[in-house]
Amino acid sequence: MIRFFIGKILWLIPTLIGITIVAFGFVRVLPGDPVLLMAGERGLSPERHAELTHQLGFDRPIWVQYGEFLWRVLHGDLGESLVTHKPIIHEFFTLFPATLELGLCAMILAVAIGVPVGVLAAIKRGSWFDQVTMGSALVGYSMPIFWWGLLLIILFSGVLHWTPVSGRISLMYYFPNGTGFMIWDAIASGQKGALSSALSHLILPSIVLATIPLAVIARQTRSAMLEVLGEDYVRTARAKGMPPRRVIGIHALRNAMIPVITTIGLQVGMLMAGAILTETIFSWPGIGKWMVDSISRRDYPAVQGGLLLIAVIVMVVNLIVDLLYGLINPRIRHR
Amino acid sequence: MSEVTETNIPSGTRREQFAEFWFYFKENRGAVIGLAVFVLVVIAAVLAPVLSPFDPDAQYRDALLAAPMTDSAHGHFWLGTDAVGRDLLSRLLYGARYSLFIGVVVVVLSLSVGVILGLLAGWFGGWVDTIIMRVMDVILAFPSLLLALVFVAILGPGLTNAMIAIALVMQPHFARLTRAAVLSEKNKDYVMAARVAGAGNMRLMFRTVLPNCLAPLIVQATLSFSNAILDAAALGFLGLGAQPPTPEWGTMLSEAREFILRAWWVVTFPGLAILISVLAINLMGDGLRDALDPKLKRS
Repeated sequence: MIRFFIGKILWLIPTLIGITIVAFGFVRVLPGDPVLLMAGERGLSPERHAELTHQLGFDRPIWVQYGEFLWRVLHGDLGESLVTHKPIIHEFFTLFPATLELGLCAMILAVAIGVPVGVLAAIKRGSWFDQVTMGSALVGYSMPIFWWGLLLIILFSGVLHWTPVSGRISLMYYFPNGTGFMIWDAIASGQKGALSSALSHLILPSIVLATIPLAVIARQTRSAMLEVLGEDYVRTARAKGMPPRRVIGIHALRNAMIPVITTIGLQVGMLMAGAILTETIFSWPGIGKWMVDSISRRDYPAVQGGLLLIAVIVMVVNLIVDLLYGLINPRIRHR
Repeated sequence: MSEVTETNIPSGTRREQFAEFWFYFKENRGAVIGLAVFVLVVIAAVLAPVLSPFDPDAQYRDALLAAPMTDSAHGHFWLGTDAVGRDLLSRLLYGARYSLFIGVVVVVLSLSVGVILGLLAGWFGGWVDTIIMRVMDVILAFPSLLLALVFVAILGPGLTNAMIAIALVMQPHFARLTRAAVLSEKNKDYVMAARVAGAGNMRLMFRTVLPNCLAPLIVQATLSFSNAILDAAALGFLGLGAQPPTPEWGTMLSEAREFILRAWWVVTFPGLAILISVLAINLMGDGLRDALDPKLKRS
C-alpha cells in the first residue's frame, strides 16, 4: 500500500519539472525583448532597461536563469507583480479563498444533484425521467457558461431583482481580519444580514460554475450505475430476496462510485477553467479573474506564478483522487 | 481475375460497414436530430451571403439596438440590431462560417499532430514513448482554457493564434488515445503478418495499424470539434480570440455584455447559436460512439 502511494508521488516529479519549465519558458518565448514587453507602451530609458535586464536576470545563460527560477520557486518566491509590486505568492493566496469558496460550492451543488439524478436515471432507464434528465445533462455539457451566466443575470438580477449582479458581498459589510472565506467571515462577524448577503452573491456564480461538472457527473453516474446493475453480484443479491433499496444502496452504488470519484476529481481542472469565465462575468475577485486581468495588464511575472501555482494545485488534487481511488479500489492497488 | 476479386471485396465490405454504422447511428434519435441541425448550420454557413438580409458589417445608425422583428427604412430586422446598428441575423449567419472553420482547423491540427505523436510513442516505446507522453502529461496538467489563454497572450490576440492555442492544448487527448490503441493492436497477428511480409515501420504504423485505431479517434474528433467552438468563443468573449468587427459568436457576446440589462437580444441570440451548434455536434458524437465503438457504448 505504501509502495503504491510512494510510486504515485514519485511519478509526479517529472511532470512537476515539466510544469516549471513551461512556466519559466513562457516569459522567455515571448517574441521580442521581455523587459520591453513588460514595460508596455510606456517605454524605458536605456539605463533603466539595462538595470531591469540585470535585475530580472535576463543577461545570464538560460540554464542559469532556469536554475535560479527553480531555486526561488522551491523557496516559495515567485517574484513580484509588476503592477502592485507585492509578492505574487501573497497576491495569489489572498485571492485564492474566493476561488476555493466558489469552487467548493459549485462542486457540492454538482455532486449533490448529479449523483442522485444519475442513479435515478439508471434505475428508471428509458423512463421520461431518464430522458429529460439526460437530455438536460447534454444541454448543460454543451453550455457556453459565459453566456449562461449572462442569461441568469438578465433573469434573476435584471428582471426579478432577486440577486446582485456582481461581487462577493454587499458594500455595507467589511471584515478587515477575515479569512477570505466570505460565508465563514459573515457567520463569524455576527452582523445581521451579512450571511444572506454573502449567500445571495454566491448563488448565481455557483450555479454557472457547477453546470458542466453537474452534467458530466450525472452522465457518468448513470453509465457507471447501469454497468454495475448488470453484474452477477447484483443479480445474486436480488435473487436472494434483498430489498431493492439495499441492493442499490449497498451493492450497486458503492461499486458504481469508483469511476464517479475519478470523474469528480477530473472536474477540478474544469472548475479552474470555468472559474476564469465565471469570475470574469460576475466580477468575482478570485484567481481566475486575477489571471485574466494580469494577462491584459501584461503583468507577466503574475501570469507565470499563477500558471505554476494553479497547475500544481490541480495536480495535487488529482494525486489525492488517485490515492483515494487506490484506497477504495483494491484491484488498482495490487496491479 | 484475382485482382478483380481483391478490389471488389474491400469496396463491398466498406459499403457493408457503412450500412452497419448507419443502422446503429439512426437507432439514436438524438444523433439523427443532431446531424440534421448540424447540416442546417453548414448550409447557413455556406449560403450566408445569399441568406443574409444585410451586410454583416453595415451599420444602420438610425436603428441602434432595434428590437427583434423591427421594420425600418432599410428593411426588416428579424433578430434586431446590435449597439452600432448591425443586423444580428446577418452577423449570426456569417458567424456560423467562423465557428465551423475554427472547429475544422482545430480538429485537423490537433488530430494530425496528436496521431503522429501517439503513433510514434506507441509503436517505438522506450525513451521515445517516455519523452512524448511526459510532455503530453505536462500539457494536460494545466487547465486547458488557462493554457490556451496564456498561449494567446504570448502569440497575441486574434483568431489564428486562438486556433493554434486551442489545437495545442487539445492534441494530447489524441496522442493518448492513439498510443493506447496502438499498444493494443501492435502485437496482434495481422501486424506480425504484415511485418513478416516485409512492411517497413512507416507502412506498418500508418497503413496497417492506424486504420484499426480510427473508431475512438473519430469520436474524440467530434468532441474536440464542439470543444473547439466553445473554447474559441470563450477566448473571443475574453477579448483574446477573433477581434471586432469579426462576426464571431463569442466576440459578439463580448461586445454585447454591457447591454445585457437593456437589450436582451444582443446577448441571447449569439449564445443560443453557440449552444445549438455545440449541442448538435455533441448529440452526433453520442451517436457516433454508439455506432462505432461498442466497447464504449453507454447502453
